[in-house]
Amino acid sequence: MSGATQDTAVRTSGFSRTLIYLVLLLFALFFLLPFFVMLVNSLKPLSEITGGNMMALPQHWTIEPWLSAWSTAQIGVEPTGLKPYFVNSIMMVVPAVAISTVFGALNGYVLTKWRFRGDSILFGLMLFSCFIPFQIVLIPMAMVLGKIGLAGSVQGLVLVHVVYGIGFTTLYYRNYYASFPTELVRAAMIDGAGFFRIFWRIMLPVSGPITVVSVIWQFTNIWNDFLFGASFGGQSQPMTVALNNLVQSSTGVKEYNVHFAGAILAAVPTLFVYIVAGRYFVRGLMAGSVKG
Amino acid sequence: MAFSTSGVDIRTRLQDLIPKLVLSPSIAAMMIFVYGFIVFTVYLSFTNSKMLPSYDLIGFENYAKLWALSAWWTAVSNLAIFASLYIVICTAIGLTLAILLDQKIRGEGVLRPIYLYPMALSFIVTGTAWKWFLDPGIGLENTMHLWGWQSFHFGWIKDRNMAIYTIVIAAVWQTSGFVMAMFLAGLRGIDNEILRAAQIDGASNWQLYRRIVIPMLRPAFMSAFVILSHLAVKSYDLVVALTGGGPGRATELPATFMYSYTFTRNSMGIGASSAVIMLMTIAAIMTPYLYAELKEKP
Repeated sequence: MSGATQDTAVRTSGFSRTLIYLVLLLFALFFLLPFFVMLVNSLKPLSEITGGNMMALPQHWTIEPWLSAWSTAQIGVEPTGLKPYFVNSIMMVVPAVAISTVFGALNGYVLTKWRFRGDSILFGLMLFSCFIPFQIVLIPMAMVLGKIGLAGSVQGLVLVHVVYGIGFTTLYYRNYYASFPTELVRAAMIDGAGFFRIFWRIMLPVSGPITVVSVIWQFTNIWNDFLFGASFGGQSQPMTVALNNLVQSSTGVKEYNVHFAGAILAAVPTLFVYIVAGRYFVRGLMAGSVKG
Repeated sequence: MAFSTSGVDIRTRLQDLIPKLVLSPSIAAMMIFVYGFIVFTVYLSFTNSKMLPSYDLIGFENYAKLWALSAWWTAVSNLAIFASLYIVICTAIGLTLAILLDQKIRGEGVLRPIYLYPMALSFIVTGTAWKWFLDPGIGLENTMHLWGWQSFHFGWIKDRNMAIYTIVIAAVWQTSGFVMAMFLAGLRGIDNEILRAAQIDGASNWQLYRRIVIPMLRPAFMSAFVILSHLAVKSYDLVVALTGGGPGRATELPATFMYSYTFTRNSMGIGASSAVIMLMTIAAIMTPYLYAELKEKP
């Protein structure tokens, strides 16, 4: 019953159902194919790629390309593999996600339960800041990071991602907390509970679903960022920038199999997060938490 | 008596202050790093900055130069082609998949993540995969030849006139699953009673969707349009990874133009003015939407 009411009441005949499944499967193929090709070819020796068919399974399975991409491939001028850049990305993404999510939760709490004159204007400004093209801040950001000595450092990238991530996390938590009954908060206030006590005891325990959405959103965005990493990464480039350097390098033979292994390595963390928690993300999206 | 009231006063005043104190670091950061920086970049766009920022105002000269550059016109017309195709195709695929998935499909739980997973990937990864897939020498064309279809030809990525469409293909691949999720959410929110009533009145499936369901998805269309258009204007990484702006300058977009003029061609003033144009484009799309959104939920 509950399952049935979820879908539309439209009835379809046997023939059109076959057609529907066919279309859906064709699209599934379209979405899977590029990744399948990358995966298959990352497990082949180079000779099988340049001389063979990209759709074919490897004749000689090898994990050599993966080892090379991870620890010995030439990135820029150093034959370090992607490992140090992977570490950079982790060091960047963990604090940036944590800090921006904490601020987002507190901001959302203030903007819905402790409203004051002019708060919607502030929220409007924050909302707009989510959508600015980052080109508009690149030049001054480069100057400021240089001035405060954070240019080319992981800390600098953390700062950048926190600053431009707070808008989105605030948006998520604000929309979520808006539907939480304000009477409960007011009752707690009358009982003498303070700002942080209410947050800790009443708001946080119900914040699970939106925290999942906020963390996944921030994690994928920051991990996948290229523009800031390329502009301000310097000696601490994140994974995406290193991958691009690996793939675009113009010296020597193009080791496609190594490129693919590297590309998958760069995709593993976000794919992992998505597979483990993606269901909750979609559910959160569907609950209307993303209106922007 | 007097004691306790003043005590309460201080307490409530403190309680009033805490929320604002908690909010203030974010507001300060936003005012400096977003709006302050915007003002600064706008200012730079009116100066004769070259490799380093300069503070000598020269009026609208950079804007005049910018619009006289053929490279900028290429970037802008590429964006027009890319954005319109990207938005239309993503919306069409997203809506189609959502409607089809909504027909009590067996295996929806398997299909949905397959459609959605590309959005978890970085554009650099997407670009790497498609660059190779579309390469005539080793990719799809070669495969078709090996499978015996000798006349098959697909060399868009090497073709000045067609390369921009390969960016569209890869970008559509990346985002249409996300659009599908938005439409699916909208579809699941429609009350079935309305549809049943229309069916009793003799409406066909086609009429049902055209007259009732699709009009009711208006909010989802709006969200999809806003998200896709802002992604299109910001597109940078995909071009870098897929074509590097080439062949020649055939796939430059405003975002890549801004970067190269500012940081590698030592024309910071022109780079800043191109960034201002990009911001104005986004603002023109976003402001009415945000205004409506805020008015609706005060």
